[in-house]
Amino acid sequence: MNPLTAFGSGIVFGAGLVVSQMTNANKVVNFLNVAGDWDPSLAFVMIGAIGLHLVLFRLILRRPSPLYAAAFRVPTSTHLDIRLVGGAALFGIGWALGGFCPGPGIVSSISGGTHALVFVGAMLAGMALHRLLPAPVSKAEGSPLT
Amino acid sequence: MEDFTPLSATLGGALIGLSASLLLLANGRIAGISGIVGGLLRPTPGDSSWRLAFVGGLLFAGLALSFVMPDSIAGPSERSLGAVAAAGLIVGFGVRLGNGCTSGHGVCGLSRFSKRSLVATLTFMGTGVLTAVAIQLGLGGTL
Repeated sequence: MNPLTAFGSGIVFGAGLVVSQMTNANKVVNFLNVAGDWDPSLAFVMIGAIGLHLVLFRLILRRPSPLYAAAFRVPTSTHLDIRLVGGAALFGIGWALGGFCPGPGIVSSISGGTHALVFVGAMLAGMALHRLLPAPVSKAEGSPLT
Repeated sequence: MEDFTPLSATLGGALIGLSASLLLLANGRIAGISGIVGGLLRPTPGDSSWRLAFVGGLLFAGLALSFVMPDSIAGPSERSLGAVAAAGLIVGFGVRLGNGCTSGHGVCGLSRFSKRSLVATLTFMGTGVLTAVAIQLGLGGTL
């Protein structure tokens, strides 16, 4: 693993969140609230991100291994279960309730005022709370690809 | 419709896609924020430095760009601190339970055509819209 490239990735990721205004919680609320002054702008974030990554992802995985790690670690599970759907359902509710998802919350926490700080603190508590659950039978995240 | 910004949204999205590609090429990892942060709460030896570095990059970008485009970083003006605290708890628990958020499922997973990520993305978009509309119609948009 190479922390410097991870730091660089974090900077580019954070810049993308600010440039696209995913870090503007009011814009997020206006995107999700289709019954108000609907602002569909943030759908274009997905278009820009997926449009580039779905091409580069395939090119990168032609390599035998990453530059600074032994193997690619990409989820391979195709199993649908109640944890996936229930967790995603909860996440959507919280996203609309606070206007932040995890990345923008972290990026905003250093300069975005009290709301972002409170959000990130509570998010870390929620993540810690999840550790109290019994472990699932199979783990979906980070299984080796090869 | 107000403040429609498709160009900056697409450009910002492309930066996110570029970042995810860079992290995969260099370190072989998926740029899922909830997974990266969640892994710090359950540390395994030798697996924390890249996670801390990535989060450090997010914070650095947030600080640097707050001087350049301050209007793009803002808290929700129509939500109380209590609502935001509840939101954080629900988001933190939910993204760990569902193994991902907007980045891991929405960007990286959909780029891989993952069935799990498609189901997760449709689910959180659905409950997100329903929640925002319920707050709009039931409470006048303020909570």
